[in-house]
Amino acid sequence: MQEFRLTVGPASFRLLSEWKKPLNQMRELYAEYPAADIPDFTVRLEAVNALRRFIRPSAAINGDYMLPDAAPLPIEQGLLALEMGMNLQMALGWRRQMILHASAAERGGKALIMTGESGSGKSTLSALLGINGWRFMGDEFALIDPVNGEAVPYPRLISLKNEAITAMQDGAADIRFGPLMKATPKGDIRHMVPPADAIAQMSKRANPALILFPRFGHDPAIRDMPPSETFMRLTQASTNYVALGEQGFEALTGLVQNVPARALDYRSGEEAMELVEKLWEELA
Amino acid sequence: MTASPEKIRYRAEPSGALLIRPLDAMTLIYHRASGITHMVTEPVPEILEAMAGDALDAAELATRLSETFDLGGADDAAAIIADRLAELAELGLVSAVRG
Amino acid sequence: MSNPHGDASILVDALRDPETVRQLGSDGWTALLAIARAEQLIGSLAYRLEGQPMPGGVAAILEDARLNAEYQRRSALWEANRAAAALAGYDGKVVLMKGTAYVAADMKAGIGRHIGDLDIMVAEGDLPLVEEKLLAAGWEWVKEDEYDDAYYREHMHELPPLIHKERDRMIDVHHTILPKTARPKPDAEAMLEDAVPVNTVSPEPVEGRAISLSIFCPEDMVLHCTAHLIADGELDGGLRNLWDFHCLIEAMFASVMDGNEPPDPIWVHDQTLGPLYRRAKQHDLEAALRRAVRLADYCFRTCKSELALSDRLFLRRLLARNGYGQPTRKLTRLGFYIRSHWLRMPPFMLARHLWTKWRMGRKKSASDAG
Repeated sequence: MQEFRLTVGPASFRLLSEWKKPLNQMRELYAEYPAADIPDFTVRLEAVNALRRFIRPSAAINGDYMLPDAAPLPIEQGLLALEMGMNLQMALGWRRQMILHASAAERGGKALIMTGESGSGKSTLSALLGINGWRFMGDEFALIDPVNGEAVPYPRLISLKNEAITAMQDGAADIRFGPLMKATPKGDIRHMVPPADAIAQMSKRANPALILFPRFGHDPAIRDMPPSETFMRLTQASTNYVALGEQGFEALTGLVQNVPARALDYRSGEEAMELVEKLWEELA
Repeated sequence: MTASPEKIRYRAEPSGALLIRPLDAMTLIYHRASGITHMVTEPVPEILEAMAGDALDAAELATRLSETFDLGGADDAAAIIADRLAELAELGLVSAVRG
Repeated sequence: MSNPHGDASILVDALRDPETVRQLGSDGWTALLAIARAEQLIGSLAYRLEGQPMPGGVAAILEDARLNAEYQRRSALWEANRAAAALAGYDGKVVLMKGTAYVAADMKAGIGRHIGDLDIMVAEGDLPLVEEKLLAAGWEWVKEDEYDDAYYREHMHELPPLIHKERDRMIDVHHTILPKTARPKPDAEAMLEDAVPVNTVSPEPVEGRAISLSIFCPEDMVLHCTAHLIADGELDGGLRNLWDFHCLIEAMFASVMDGNEPPDPIWVHDQTLGPLYRRAKQHDLEAALRRAVRLADYCFRTCKSELALSDRLFLRRLLARNGYGQPTRKLTRLGFYIRSHWLRMPPFMLARHLWTKWRMGRKKSASDAG
């Protein structure tokens, strides 16, 4: 087994793989991230069986926490498999903060949190903000400290899908990308290294100031969201709310009582950015 | 023989067992014993508060609630409250104690 | 570089003697944590290592594990409470089993223990009534095809699993502790007869009747664990079962010996724990008990029993896990897999079972392809 250890925000990983290539890709893309002494989680990329290590190699995603019926991926998508394995460890094993399936960005010491279903554009929006004057905090998980309510950065590689790939490729010249992976179970995927300040400041927390529920592909509209609806949606977006028990309840009620929330419909990244800036002016 | 639903007495979980947070039209209840969060509307928080530590049936509870709230037709109110109590019992927020 | 060729001894050592972790470097810790997670013993380990000096990163991981164990404990006790409420009006005993029983009775074996489904046991003749009451209270069948369903009902020691539609938690309703087809024939009636009430999880009395949940008497608790460990299965989760067994035996000694240390070597149990051995005979589990005692003794006590050759095979299987958290010793595992089917069924039925599974597998892959 080949091994690579890294730290993303508060969490650290030991990545193990029977194949060198995906680990080398990770090493390159995560070059600026700190190493890890005693990692929080182990992720293993293993051949489905001995033959499949060489013939049509197929990688099972294993580790400390596993899904019983997770489908293996072809080894060309090994980088994606490792990222999925890391997400899975966080989703199932992390208890130090409340995990929201959300993206986040910071400005002026305050955090914007965006959550929504797959296809809502939350990942792309956080990437766009990250190259337009905001500090990117994460595109997959927003971590909320249950004691003081702070948002803790988790700036893993940004996972761009389908049209978002070309949009970002045209967006800025000095961005580093991983390999383009066509026709994965999640569509075309290409990973992007977060901006340098996002990595350098990955332990700098921020107080949540605005929660948005973006929705791509609808006429532009902004709707107030009452705390109870925000609460319900955020429990659905959280992977560990129930396990955190009373402290999860306190953290989430605190969040929805103190931070304004809006639903935001938009048709293009540009439009969304304008609306976000406007809301931020008003509310944050 | 099963008693009529309106005659069943219930007791609410003791107040320390629940964390109650009114948000807007909805109220959140965190139930310490189960770790489950319930989202409820009126008259559920009112019912739980009115029950205090006592074992009450629907009619007794209706009387108690009518001291603070305008319940309209009292018979109707008891039937509605009996339904709510049965639902709350299913969630484990109140327990039937008839006997 | 952590040693990928090691086995789970490092975990056994840490559970037996927490001070052994003082020698661990970063790689040793990393291996220990991966193995403990894979064996679902991370919660037990977290409590066992409380007070030991350890790196900050490890302390944070073990704190997460304790928080998670607390969550599992809370959920397990609540499921028991809900099952009791659902079974109000049922006159027979409802016995909590395994992890839920340990936490309900506040036993050492329950500290930090991983708990998944709720396991309960009721009298075989009452299964239809219990099933009906659970279905009325919101549990539903987990989708099963007809063969598996018929198989469960005819040959297994439990109903096909039910899941609660709101709470999304499973319940397994047993009527004995081993499959009907297994060779040892535990005396299920006596187990129910001698089960004792446990009050921590019972809800308020319903319709004037207190719902009392029960747990096995101490001897039967040890023997259920024994059956689970030795007589049933491929030894998946075997280390956890062995740790349970050790904790249960220690607790039994503590009550018999009035706080004195158990005798060394532990095979003089026969005299000290006479009732346990008599009960084992009654349940057809005496040989299994002796083996479990030798293995637990060897792993978790400082004065080690002599291991028989066949014990060494069990031990080899129990420790088959490397510092990456991977299962190792494929041949040993395969051997125990075949043994598990062999133990559960007479040979003819085994052939029919594997044949039916095989045909269904074929049919399924044919339809997948089509």
